Amino acid sequence: MPAAPHPAPPAPASAPSAQAPSALAPSAMARPFIRIEGVSKRFGSFQAVRDVDLTIGEGEIFALLGGSGCGKTTLLRMLAGFEDPSAGRIFIDGQDMTGVPPWERPVHMMFQSYAIFPHMSVERNIAYGLKHERMSAAQRADRVREMLDLVQLAPFAQRKPHQISGGQRQRVALARALARQPKLLLLDEPLAALDKKLREQTQFELMSIQSRTGVTFIVVTHDQEEAMTLADRIAVMDRGQVRQVGSPTEIYEYPNSRFVAGFIGAISTFAARVVRLTGEIAEVDIPAMDGTFAARSVPGLVEGQSVTLALRPEKISIAKTCPAAVNVVEGQVKDLAYFGKDSLYRVTLPGGDLISVHAVNARRADEGGRPADWDDRVWLSFEPGSAILLTD
Amino acid sequence: MTALAQWFHRRGWRDLIIGIPYAWLILFFLLPFLIVVAMSLATRTPTAPPFGYGGDNPLINPAGYARLFTDSLYLRAFLTSLINAGVATVLCLLLGYPMALALTRVSKSWRTILLMLVILPFWTSFLLRVYAWMGLMGRNSWFNGLLTDLWNLITPQAWALQSIPMMNTNFAVVLVMVYTYLPFMILPLYANLERLDPALDEAAMDLGSRPFQVFRDVTLPQSIPGIIAGGLLVFIPAAGELVIPSLVGDAAAPMIGRIISDEFAQARDWPMASTVAVALLVLMVGPTMIYSRFQARAEGAETDGAKP
Ligand SMILES: Nc1ncnc2c1ncn2[C@@H]1O[C@H](COP(=O)(O)OP(=O)(O)OP(=O)(O)O)[C@@H](O)[C@H]1O
Ligand SMILES: [Mg+2]
Repeated sequence: MPAAPHPAPPAPASAPSAQAPSALAPSAMARPFIRIEGVSKRFGSFQAVRDVDLTIGEGEIFALLGGSGCGKTTLLRMLAGFEDPSAGRIFIDGQDMTGVPPWERPVHMMFQSYAIFPHMSVERNIAYGLKHERMSAAQRADRVREMLDLVQLAPFAQRKPHQISGGQRQRVALARALARQPKLLLLDEPLAALDKKLREQTQFELMSIQSRTGVTFIVVTHDQEEAMTLADRIAVMDRGQVRQVGSPTEIYEYPNSRFVAGFIGAISTFAARVVRLTGEIAEVDIPAMDGTFAARSVPGLVEGQSVTLALRPEKISIAKTCPAAVNVVEGQVKDLAYFGKDSLYRVTLPGGDLISVHAVNARRADEGGRPADWDDRVWLSFEPGSAILLTD
Repeated sequence: MTALAQWFHRRGWRDLIIGIPYAWLILFFLLPFLIVVAMSLATRTPTAPPFGYGGDNPLINPAGYARLFTDSLYLRAFLTSLINAGVATVLCLLLGYPMALALTRVSKSWRTILLMLVILPFWTSFLLRVYAWMGLMGRNSWFNGLLTDLWNLITPQAWALQSIPMMNTNFAVVLVMVYTYLPFMILPLYANLERLDPALDEAAMDLGSRPFQVFRDVTLPQSIPGIIAGGLLVFIPAAGELVIPSLVGDAAAPMIGRIISDEFAQARDWPMASTVAVALLVLMVGPTMIYSRFQARAEGAETDGAKP
């Protein structure tokens, strides 16, 4: 039940978000290329994928994000044709894929385990898909060389898979999947096996390869940062269901449920009750903060409704004097972690709950840059537009 | 005492564990083999044991080795052995490969049951099973009758038979050898195929290969070590097989095992028997060497980190 993305609100001037407000407009999708209609998959009595509806545009990098076992690989395998959906249909480029075997689909997959043929050299691995292609030997050799250059593996062409590193193996898998110029490339946790540095480097490589080839990518990952870096749009999955679809900004700034809010980035949530609705603004009573606060309203809210108010740590300002702001709450610093460029505070609220606050250290700590210290009384404030109201 | 204990704790375990198979090989293979080689170079005498060195006879008498090549009995026996064993090995492979492959594709519970069935024949006496085949192949058995009827049905009138002469032929030898040695082909093949990553098959399919091409390009090349292991486990004992050809084989075209046995027991020519035995061993060392080379290469590839 992917909720319609929120209409673009006028961004509050003081919003600390670096995103341009235009990024919040419902992302205009390119020509729809893949349609997944009501797809479910059950293994015996276990439902791995539940009634998924997705539309993915041509040339898009689309991320499937979710925890372990939520059905990401299963959904990908249904796209590749290794599993048949128990219900629903998949269309690729307007063509119904029901009953089409994997070898006839215009789809290539990069496997979670890479699945490189251990008995073939790097070159032969990359050339493998091309033997089903009508092309001369010279054309084929050209294409292989082109792929080797693309993933910078030319010096390793004659090596066997066990003679190259994990990151190189991953690039062989990518080159092999790209060699036949698929319309759709499925990548199952393509970077999971790489160390942090190589992973970041490869993320950008993937993006540049995507923009050069124009192939539609569906990337599975359980790493939200990776999804946000790579993807044009993200689908957040939970126990077989898609909980929300949207651009990284939409997902981060306008999560539609407590699950999505908690899954993407850090967030503090508080039980609240709607007291008054005035146009764009909902006034909510938050027992944990011992007061009434203003937050941007969401469609379908009624007075008296129980809701959850969620606040991202970086959307909260912290000060030792009471600021002139709409939403102010007093607290005491319980814990603080200094990371250099920024600090994370854990502040005890009047009701005893803890809230996380992220503050940039704009000035040196010894020159008054650190707004608060351990056990200081502090005032926290946030813009109504930064507070997220969740109704689930 | 403490020094011994120290040695034991530091490297004794390792040495002991590595040492046991070597000790075993030396004691039960190398030593007997050397005795056989020594015997093959002796001269036959009417004594007990019926061979001797020196005295009236030459100290080393290689006449037996010359006879291997001059007396066509031996060459023919070797040839029969190699052909029968070779045919049996190929048939075992053709029958066993699909079975081993099927074993890797069925569900876990079926796999256990089917593996049991593969091993089950070993639980009854081997001789009993050969005798059962003798009964089946005999002229008056229902089995022979059935095959004869089938034969008469599909061949022209002129070729009609009373019964199919199966007993005491090379056909019978190969048939019973295939039956007996099939598990030795299936088990190593299964062990090999079971280790292959199913994702590789899917990757090949994903890249456009149909199931047959997947088998040819991915499964088959990777199962070569299993084929070689199974092939040697069938071929080597089949080539030296004594019991099966003795019971169901053609006495006029004996296999090499029969020759060795007859030389020992009937002709009491121990040196000649030993000579044939040594020749058979030398003939078998070739394939074994190939096998260990493959094995070493496969293992080398794995320890290098073939699996990511
Ligand atoms: N062939 C199968 N038979 C039975 N259950 C399966 C099968 N394949 C997957 N499942 C189950 O379906 C669920 C989803 O599996 P899937 O592999 O799609 O998860 P995933 O989201 O890719 O997780 P991960 O991030 O760990 O790779 C899991 O609970 C898994 O146990
Ligand atoms: Mg997975």
